[in-house]
Amino acid sequence: MSATYAVLGQFGDAVRFIFEGETTREGADVGGSQFLDLTWEHLKLTFAAMGIACAIAVPVGLWLGHIRRGNFAAISLSNVGRAVPSLALIAFFVAYLGTGFTNVTLALVLLAIPPILTNTYVAVSQVERDTVDAARGMGMTAAQIVRRVELPLALPLIFGGIKTSTVNVIATATIAPLAGINTLGDPIINVSGYGDTGRLAAAMVVAALAVFTELALGAVQRAVTPAGLKLESDTASRRMRFRPGREATT
Amino acid sequence: MILELAQVQIQDRSAGDAGCVADNGFCPSWIADNFGRYTDPLLQHVYLTVVSLAIGFAISFGLALVAHRQRWLVAPITQITGILYTLPSLAVFFLLLPITGRGNETAIIALVSYSLLIIFRNIMTGLDNVPAESKDAGLGMGLTDRQLLWRVEIPLALPEILAGLRIAATTTVGLATLAFFAGAGGLGEQIFADINFKSNVVTAGGLAVLLAAALDALILLVQRAITPWTRARVA
Repeated sequence: MSATYAVLGQFGDAVRFIFEGETTREGADVGGSQFLDLTWEHLKLTFAAMGIACAIAVPVGLWLGHIRRGNFAAISLSNVGRAVPSLALIAFFVAYLGTGFTNVTLALVLLAIPPILTNTYVAVSQVERDTVDAARGMGMTAAQIVRRVELPLALPLIFGGIKTSTVNVIATATIAPLAGINTLGDPIINVSGYGDTGRLAAAMVVAALAVFTELALGAVQRAVTPAGLKLESDTASRRMRFRPGREATT
Repeated sequence: MILELAQVQIQDRSAGDAGCVADNGFCPSWIADNFGRYTDPLLQHVYLTVVSLAIGFAISFGLALVAHRQRWLVAPITQITGILYTLPSLAVFFLLLPITGRGNETAIIALVSYSLLIIFRNIMTGLDNVPAESKDAGLGMGLTDRQLLWRVEIPLALPEILAGLRIAATTTVGLATLAFFAGAGGLGEQIFADINFKSNVVTAGGLAVLLAAALDALILLVQRAITPWTRARVA
C-alpha cells in the first residue's frame, strides 16, 4: 500500500495521510478518520450558511424580479460582493463580533447572498413579458404567476447562482479556523499540528470537495431545467445579451 | 505561525493611543501613525494582481482566438478552465507548493488559473455577439479573415472583453488576500498578522476593497476611451 503511494512523492504521502492518518510526536492522531470530522464540520458550516442565504436571497430575488425593479441594486450588490475579499470579511466578523460558529456562518451568508440574489433577479426579470401576460390572461394571480410560470423558467439560473455560492462558501470555509471553527482548513491554518503532509492532504480534500459539489449541483441544475428550455438552450445562450459576469451565465 | 503571530502583536502595538489599541479597538490615530506599514503589502498586492491579470488575459485571449477558428475547442476549454475556477485558491496554493515552492510564482500561477474562465468566456461571448451584418460588410469591403478579426470583430467585442477583465480584476484582488499562504505576502498577510485588532482589519481589508474598486474604475475608463461609439449609441 505504502509503496504505491511512494511513487507520487509528497502527494503520495498526503494521500496516505488522508486514508491512514498519522500519530504526531505529541501523541495526537491526525489525518485518517479525523478528516471525516473536519469534513463534517466543513459541510455543516456550508449547509448552515447556504440554507440561510437561500432562504433570504431567493424570495427577495423572485419578488424584485417579478416587479422588475431594483436592477441597479441587484447588479451593484453582486459587484460589491465580489470586491470584498473573503478573508477581510471573516477577519471583520472576528474583530467585531468575535469567533464562533454563528459568526462564521453569518459571514458566509453575506458572502453567499449576492450571486443567488443577482441570478434569481436576472432569471425572473428575463422571463418574457408575453409569457407573463399570457399567464395573467388565463386568470392567474400574481402569486400563481411567480410560482407556476416565473419560478420554473428561472430555476436553471437560480441553481447556477446557488452552485456558484456553494463552491465559494466551501472555499471560504477553509479559512474558518481563523475564527475558531475546525473545518478542513485546520491542517492548512494550524500547520504546526499536522505538518506539511497534513496541509497538502487537506488541500487535496478541499479541492476534491469543491469539484464534487460543482459537478453534483451541475447535475441538479440540469435536472431542474424544464424540458422546453433544454430544447431552446442553444439559441437562448445567444439571445442572452445581459450578463453581469459569471453569475448570469448558467 | 502561531509564534510569529504573537511576536507581531507585541512589537506592532507600540505607537498611538494606548488604551484604544489595548482594547483591539478602531483607532484612527493608530491608523494614521502606522499607515506606513501597509504601503509595501499594498504594492505587493497590486503587483500580484496586475501580473496575474496580464498573464491571464494573454492566455485567455490566445485560447479565444484559437477557439474562434476551431469551434469544437470551446467546450473542452470551458470545461478545463471551469475546473481550475472551481478549485479553491487556498487549496491550489498548497497543491502547487511541492512543485513550485513558496513565493510569487506559486501565487501568480494560482491567480492566473482562476482568471482564465472569466476572461475566456467573456471574449467568446463578445466575439459571438458581433452582428452578422457587420461581418458581412467587412467581407464585402474585401477584408481577409485576419483583417476582419482585428478590425471588425475584436473592436466590436471590446465592451464584453473588458467587462470580463473587470470581473477578473475584482476577483483577483480578493483572492490575492490569500496569497500570503503561498509565501507571496500582500494585504492578506497584514490582516492575518493581527486578526483581532479592529484598526488593522479595517485598514488592510479596506485597502483591498479600495484597490478592487480602483482597478474596476480604471478598466471602465479605458473601455470608455477606446470604445467611443458605445457612448454615441446611448446618446
